[in-house]
Amino acid sequence: MSDPNRKAPDVTDTVNSTRPAPPPPVALVNPANRNEGAPRGGDEQVLRLEDVSIFYGDYQAVRGVDMTIGRHQITALIGPSGCGKSTVLRSLNRMNDLIPGARVAGRVTFHGEDLYARDVDPIEVRRRIGMVFQKPNPFPKSIYDNIAYGPRVTGMKVSNMDELVEKALRRAALWDEVKDKLKQSALALSGGQQQRLCIARTIAVSPEVILMDEPCSALDPIATSKIEDLMFELSRDYTIVIVTHNMQQAARVSHRTAFFTAEVDEQGERHGRLIEYDTTNKIFTNPAQKRTEEYITGRFG
Amino acid sequence: MAVITPGAPVPAASVRRGRRRPGERIIEGFLVLAAVVSIATTIGIVVSLLFPTVEFFGEVSIVEFITSSQWTPLFSIKQYGVLPLLVGTLWVTLIATVIAVPLGIGAAIYLSEYARPGTRRLLKPILEVLAGIPTVVYGFFALTFLNPILIDLWPSGDKPEFQNLLVAGIAMGIMIVPTVASLAEDAMSAVPHSLREGAYALASTKMQVATRVVVPGALSGIVAAIVLGVSRALGETMIVTIAAGLKTAGIPWSPIDGAATMTSYIAGAAQGDLPVDSLDYLTIFAVGTTLFLFTFALNALSIRLVRKFREVYE
Amino acid sequence: MSTTSTPPAPHAANPRHRPSLSQRRSRPGEVLFKLALQFCLLVAFAFLVALIAFAVIKGWNRLDPRLWQEMPTGAASRVARAGVQSAITGTLWVIGLTAAICLPIGIASAIYLEEYADNTRWYNRLLELNIQNLAGVPSIVFGILGLGLIARVIGLGFTVITAAIVLSLLVLPVVIIASREALRAVPRSIRQASYALGATRWQTTWRQVLPAAVPGMSTGAILALSRALGEAAPLILLGAVTFIRFNPDSLLSSYTTLPIQIYNLIKEPQAEFQELAAAAIVLLLVILLVLNSAAILIRNKFQKRW
Repeated sequence: MSDPNRKAPDVTDTVNSTRPAPPPPVALVNPANRNEGAPRGGDEQVLRLEDVSIFYGDYQAVRGVDMTIGRHQITALIGPSGCGKSTVLRSLNRMNDLIPGARVAGRVTFHGEDLYARDVDPIEVRRRIGMVFQKPNPFPKSIYDNIAYGPRVTGMKVSNMDELVEKALRRAALWDEVKDKLKQSALALSGGQQQRLCIARTIAVSPEVILMDEPCSALDPIATSKIEDLMFELSRDYTIVIVTHNMQQAARVSHRTAFFTAEVDEQGERHGRLIEYDTTNKIFTNPAQKRTEEYITGRFG
Repeated sequence: MAVITPGAPVPAASVRRGRRRPGERIIEGFLVLAAVVSIATTIGIVVSLLFPTVEFFGEVSIVEFITSSQWTPLFSIKQYGVLPLLVGTLWVTLIATVIAVPLGIGAAIYLSEYARPGTRRLLKPILEVLAGIPTVVYGFFALTFLNPILIDLWPSGDKPEFQNLLVAGIAMGIMIVPTVASLAEDAMSAVPHSLREGAYALASTKMQVATRVVVPGALSGIVAAIVLGVSRALGETMIVTIAAGLKTAGIPWSPIDGAATMTSYIAGAAQGDLPVDSLDYLTIFAVGTTLFLFTFALNALSIRLVRKFREVYE
Repeated sequence: MSTTSTPPAPHAANPRHRPSLSQRRSRPGEVLFKLALQFCLLVAFAFLVALIAFAVIKGWNRLDPRLWQEMPTGAASRVARAGVQSAITGTLWVIGLTAAICLPIGIASAIYLEEYADNTRWYNRLLELNIQNLAGVPSIVFGILGLGLIARVIGLGFTVITAAIVLSLLVLPVVIIASREALRAVPRSIRQASYALGATRWQTTWRQVLPAAVPGMSTGAILALSRALGEAAPLILLGAVTFIRFNPDSLLSSYTTLPIQIYNLIKEPQAEFQELAAAAIVLLLVILLVLNSAAILIRNKFQKRW
């Protein structure tokens, strides 16, 4: 194999993994250096992709991805548009199932269980692995009902829904802004508030992993920085995978970064490929691959 | 029950099927069942047409049905040539098309290219209301309002009969104007704005943009609107039953004659108390099958055109 | 050679001949074209006005409570004491039943096609094509279906329920197509958000998609029912063409409807019948106008919430 990064990078060989986790407040004070913090619990693998290829009908959108995602880490997927990073993200909670003709080859495991095994319940998968989308997509209901929707539909036994709603909103740093208008329509909130509501809504079903598909691309810089603060705060308890086209964002928030790009094969078809996967520090300061370096420095993509 | 605290994810548990969710399957079954009703309807139509039609052609040869120029099943000398009904239908459809196509497309161009947004918002719903007026009302209007005027204004020679194909065709034309206009307007609005801007930037006038950019761009959608209008005219019953009469015999060579069409023959024959399985009763189905085949061909054409149009812009 | 193929630089040679921009060229063709288009629209609306005005004027003398208090008659001697009561009650029965049959089936079909069906499968594409085609089948052919299959083979006879089934099948494509459009207008992001929270397909449909699609669906439903309301042709084949002098009282009653009674009255030669027909037309148009306006209001009120 001429391509050395086909080897699945092992979380345990990161230089940072042995360092103790810094107290989060410090990191919040100095956001630029967040990713210097060690991945907490990063030695435990939550998700693992083994030779994963994703097809839409006959078209192979993503080819041969190997990577592992560590617990309570923020993993960023970056790369030029059309490189398959969102497709990979959606394969992690089986959102691709909703696209007719979409198919996953290879193995995606969650705590060692094959997510695409016959008897796996995709509904349960999505409860455990939540997702936040590119454009804030609150339901056309009240703020309260947006949060309560997940616990209600998944049949969670909740003794005090009010309390759960409050906790979820507090956790998403939205409580103070909305506590007096919980019964008002969520559509009246600003874009940034809506996106934090969507995060709160995801938290309310107690997932382990939160997938974020370019969660800030529709937001202004102030709202973006609030979401980034929130992500970092949440990573103490959740495993977060984020797709972003904003390299600075990946550099600011993530512990590990995977760089994808599109390659044209012999038949002239484009496929998304994973080029390099390492600690964010390494990717942004000393990438092993020339293509990664070119992308990081803005020479292509 | 303990409150589940957000932020404290439950420890890893299996994602394998814990819950069976039989309700989901049952609901999906009901939905499929509902969707099957429309398939069953088509099968029902084909079956209810086919068997009596086969029976009919057991007694009357297909050659006579297609070539004979007399349709006299209710006379003493019975002849079963569908041509007179077909010609009656074609007269009405032709007249309706000649009236509806220019009016409908003209109105559509105006609404799409000239009318201000406020005007369009006001006029389009009115067009839709117009399209929803029952055809029995158009029939009444044709017979008691339009026809006396038509007879008055008729220049010379033979005056139109009390019931005639011409007035039925005119009323039918008016009836399908809203259908044609509404669908054609949809097609024209779907032409991307950038095409219009491109033409204006080349110093085109409004009329040039409308006739050389928008209409050609929306052509297959416009043709689909016309085909659909024609198909409606072909299958319309009440206007012709009321305004063109139920007279059957030879081929109606002139549109100012009163004559039956395929649809009005069916309506007329069904009103009499025909004994089931008599040959007269079976004519309803034979003519029905002919009508069904004609409209089926037109529908297939319009579906194809609409699809082609969608491919271009969606 | 090259000079002939190069477009001449406009007016560059002689700047004094450059036309002023402020000189508006008159374009008579443009004006005529616009007038012609306006004429087309005007003709369409003129007929609408003429039609309504004519019906109102002609039926004016008979627009009184007799219309709904008295029963129809075919006898010229009694026409002054005749109305269309049994047609009004018959219409209510038939249309009420039609709504009860075609709305659930139509909406469920639309949900299947939009939310469940994988439209890469041939049978789902066939289903879709079939619905498009059914929408274009002449209404009288549905009457033949009712006559040959439902009234005779199944044996329901010329009754309220036969009429309602036939009208339901007739407007089913309209309900399905309108409901699908309403479902399609609900943004995909709402469905994705619901699925991403671990909701099932039905939970997503029932709790998120359907509530958002209700306004669009009700518009479609009203338009479909108003089409059924005005339909006469298939019912001619289903035994409605008589002067029925009693109100229907069960699913298996004989019946008549408003459009059919109008047709019946038009057929009679005496002027009194024509007046009564015109009055019944006004009644029918008023009902339809109210329904249509409601449909349009609902649509305008709820349009584009996203």
